[in-house]
This record gives sequence, structure tokens and C-alpha cells, in this order.
Amino acid sequence: MTTLRDWLIDDSPASPMQARLGRFYRIFGALMRNPLAVVGAIIILALVLTALFAPWLATHDPLRQSLGERLLPPSAAHWMGTDELGRDIWSRVVYGARITLAIVTLVAVLAAPAGLVIGVAAGYFGGWVDRILMGITDIFLSLPKLILALAFVAALGPGIENAIIAIAITSWPGYARVARAETLTFKNSEFISAVRLLGASSLRVNLGHVLPLCTSSMIVRVTLDMAGIILTAAGLGFIGLGAQPPLPEWGAMISRGRSFILDQWWVATMPGFAIILVSLGFCFLGDGLRDVLDPKSGEQR
Amino acid sequence: MANDSTTAATPVRRASRPSRSRQRLTSLAGFLVTLAITFLGLLAITFFIGRIVPIDPVLAVVGDRAPVAVYERVRQEMGLDQPLITQFVSYVGDVATGNFGTSVSTGKPVIEDLARVFPATLEMATLGIILGVLIGVPLGVFAAARRGSWLDQGIRVVGLLGYSVPAFWLGLVGLAVFYARLNWVGGPGRVDIFYDGMVSPITGLILIDSIIVGEWEIFRNAVWHLILPASCLGFFSLAYIARMTRSFMLDQLSQEYVTTARVKGVPERLVIWRHAFRPIRVPLITVIGLSYAGLLEGSVMIETIFSWPGIGNYLTVALLNADMSAVLGSTLVIGAVFIGINKISDVLYRVLDPRAR
Repeated sequence: MTTLRDWLIDDSPASPMQARLGRFYRIFGALMRNPLAVVGAIIILALVLTALFAPWLATHDPLRQSLGERLLPPSAAHWMGTDELGRDIWSRVVYGARITLAIVTLVAVLAAPAGLVIGVAAGYFGGWVDRILMGITDIFLSLPKLILALAFVAALGPGIENAIIAIAITSWPGYARVARAETLTFKNSEFISAVRLLGASSLRVNLGHVLPLCTSSMIVRVTLDMAGIILTAAGLGFIGLGAQPPLPEWGAMISRGRSFILDQWWVATMPGFAIILVSLGFCFLGDGLRDVLDPKSGEQR
Repeated sequence: MANDSTTAATPVRRASRPSRSRQRLTSLAGFLVTLAITFLGLLAITFFIGRIVPIDPVLAVVGDRAPVAVYERVRQEMGLDQPLITQFVSYVGDVATGNFGTSVSTGKPVIEDLARVFPATLEMATLGIILGVLIGVPLGVFAAARRGSWLDQGIRVVGLLGYSVPAFWLGLVGLAVFYARLNWVGGPGRVDIFYDGMVSPITGLILIDSIIVGEWEIFRNAVWHLILPASCLGFFSLAYIARMTRSFMLDQLSQEYVTTARVKGVPERLVIWRHAFRPIRVPLITVIGLSYAGLLEGSVMIETIFSWPGIGNYLTVALLNADMSAVLGSTLVIGAVFIGINKISDVLYRVLDPRAR
């Protein structure tokens, strides 16, 4: 009996589509055998679902203040208690998932393609292009990321958009390095020479053949970097340079709870648990993805 | 990381003595050139950041209602009518001579402020890295020796927590638990207010200064205050160091010479500490260097929480006041120290590892 599974793991796929789906299926299967990766995937899925269905999951309006209910401890009515303006912390944490998801997605969308293009260009063309591009990359890599992001935000002005731009500016160099290393390993292989002999332009060689091969290591790298991006964004929010009030950003919420840490501990701790959970999720998933997609890189990161 | 350290100097076997020393000289020259380029790059970035600030530096000096003539004169005096490259050159000159501008919030030259606050950060980060190495290295070795055990899994989770816990949150919770509830450690600040300013700075490191003048009471108080922020920093370096030690050790333990030693009947403790651990000391130096540099950065958040009068606190106060000279000065100093430590650990690696020489 031929099943969907047999079709997927067929050794001689009839179409590129079948081969691609088969590869995806195998990666998925290998990932699901790693318990930590499964936990990570579940956490990330939960983050996405929470962000999507925030209005249904939240029990209160995240921005509605009710001064009569200030600083209440966690209870049946307020699962994580209330903050200094009587806002329900659970609802704010739920809505905060949207902000966190938006930040990591935007940083990934801005920084990863930029790093990819720069790295592939440097690796493929070599010579002066390589030296200049990698020189700039190395300078950025040798600087402390958080401090650089702080300085950029200071110059651009506080706000969540500028925080995203600043984090993206500091995270592309890592991707450029990875993409360059990958490109160098493919550059002189026979299938690239074959495509070239067929008369393909360098743009076509790169877009059609080199870039797709870099994607798996890029996905690993981006997933592993997510925790750092979340922490930097939360740090900017905490200092007061990221998301501005009344946005329920987790870092900014911890900052508000700082004054009440001794007596009303839940105001600052609850958003912290959300940050830790989501960052851990990305770490677990990234570790698992690396074992499956990029086993040679090992633990070195 | 350390992967580019082996590319620069490939040993030439047949080379006679003089040409070998010449090669070492060229590799030293190459190193100094990259170092200089990296510093220039750092300066270019801070210069660029200073340019994109939406505040007009001339207006900040002359005020809104100054006549056009005055505005133009001040603009020329500040050199802002010059082409960008000329401005950059004079900026590099200023920084090289220690002229970082004046801080708006303290009213003092930024360089003086930085010299005052830096020792506090250095003291905290140094204790942090000591804790991180003392705990992280053995943890990593044990995890590798008992690969797959619950101990290994536990250390792995601790390692990943080091990447997932926000430093400011850890500091806050630490204060709430160990200071407010348990009263095991001192609160924010370097010493109790009572002792504040009683030891005049000699080195700026309060632990050393208090020993020099023989104020043991203050020394004990300073340790009492330092232990919690340093432990928070230590946790982050511990997580990273343990993780890297584990992976280095696993590499060694799978080598054939380790099997040989085991077959010969060498006790497992000796196999691990004498045979497998010795060769990883050199790569560990690079890891520790990177981690130390990272702590200087991590101290920004921790200092904010603990009201620690170091460079991180100085930077955040400057950030909130849009005090750009102070922001860029701190960025330059932290960046330069960061680059410096990285390069030094790179050089140490090359000097200590015979294969990379």
C-alpha cells in the first residue's frame, strides 16, 4: 500500500516538488526526534498563536487603567496580578507577544537578507570586493552589539521602529560571515561551473543556485540569534529607549515594575518569565535545527 | 571567533632563522595594521552616529534666536563648514589627544568622567569573570566527562539560560531575593552610604584602595556590595564558558590518545584532567577573553539595576539625557577595550599554541 509517507521518502523522486517535500519531511522527522527541539517548537508555536489570538486570550483590555485595582497580587480575576495603574498583567503579557514577534520578524527580515547578499557577493566575486565587504563586516563584528545598538538608538531617537533598525544594523555582519563561508564552499563546485558554461549571468548563478544553498545555515543562525535579539530589544525597552509607554512591551513592563520589586514582585517578574520562555524556545529550536541542518558546525557559536 | 587566528601565519619549515624572524615581524605589522583599521572603523561609526543625530550642534550652542551671521560664524568655528573627510580627520585627532568633548549632564570633560567611572566597572567585571571561570570550567569538564547524564543535561539547560535570561531581570530578582528577603548581601551601590567617599580613590578600585589604606571595615563592606552584581555577571560568563569547555573536552575525549591512555589503565581522573584538559587550556583563553569583553558590555544593564557608579550607568544616564558627547565617548571606550581584549586573547592564542605560531 503506497502511502503519503512512502511518496515523501521515495529515493527517486519524480519531480523537484516531491524531492523538496521529501527533504522537508525528513528534516521535520529528525527534528521531532529531539525532545528539546520539540519543546522549542511548541513554545514558538505558542508565541505565534498567542500573538494571533491575543484579543481572545486576554482577559482584560491591556491599556485600560483602573486605579481602584492597583498592584493586586495574582488571583483568579487577575492571573498575573495588576500593575501600578491597575492594568491586568496577564493581558499585557499576551499583547506583548505581538510586539516581540513583530520585533524578531522585522529584524530577521531586515538583517538576514542584507547579510546574505553581502556575504554571497563577497564570497562569489572575491578579490577587492571581498576584502572591502569583509573588512567592514569584521569591524562591525569586533564591536560590542548592545553598546552599538544603544548608540544608534540614542542618535535616531527612542522608539520601537528605531530600536528595530538599530538591532538590525548590529546583527547583519554575523549573517554575512556565514553566507560568505557557505558561498566559498560551493563556488568552485562542478554544478556551478556547469550553470556558468550554460551562459548564466553571475546574478542568475547567485540568485538561482548559490543563495538557495545558503538558506539552511542562515535559518539555523537566525534562529539561534533570536534569543539575543529579544534580549537586546527588551534591554532597550527597559532603559526606556525601545517601545514607549503605554505599549505593553515586556522589557518596558519590567522597567515599570522595578520600583515595586520588593513588595509587589509580580509586576516585574511576570514579563521576565515571558522573555525567558520565548528566548529559551528559540535556543532549543535553534540547537535542534543546527543538529539537523548543519551538523558540522557543532557547538561553536 | 578564533577561527581567523590561524590564517595569518603559516609556518615555513625550511626557512632559516633570520627570515623566520622577519616573517614574525611582517605578521606583527599585519596585526598592527588590522588593529589600526579596526579602531578607525570604530571611530568612523561613532563619527557617523554623531552626524545622524537630528539635533543641530550649532543651534545647541547659539540658541534659536541667534542672527544668521552669528550662526555662520559659530558654524565655521566648529569646523562644520568643512568637507566631511576633513571633519573626520580632526575628529580622529581630537580623540587621539583625549578630547572627547564635554558632557552636558556633568559639565566636565567626558574623558575625566570616564576615567572616574571606569574602575568601578573593571572591578565588577573582573570579579565576574573570576567567578565564571572558577565555576564554569569545572562544570564544562564534568558535563563532558559524564556526557548524556542528568548532570550534563542540567548544565546544558544552565548554559542555555545564560542566553535567555535578561541581565536586568536577573539583577532585579537577585536584589529582591538575596538583599531584601534574605539580607545575605549588600544593596545597590559600591559601599553603604555611611562609608561613601571615606576612601579617596588611588587606583579607583575600592577593594584595592581600602586595603592600601588599611580600612578593613570598608573592604568587607565593599565585598558585601560587590558579590551580587558580580555573581549576576559571573552567571552569564559561566554559561558561555561551561558550554565551550564541554565542547572542547568532547573533542579531546574522542581522540585516540585518550583511548590509549585509558587502555593503559590510567585512572579516569588523570585521563580527564591531565590528558584531555591540558590541550584545551589554550583555546579556553580565547573563550575567557571573549567572555570578559562581553561582561564589560553586560555590565551596562547590571549597573543600571545596582546603581553601580561605572561606565554602564554613566552611559545610560547620558543616553536618557541625549548627552551625545558622553554617549559617544563611552561607546568609544567600551568598544576600544572590547577590541583590545579580543586582539590580546588572539595574540596569546598564537603565542601559546605551537601549531598557530
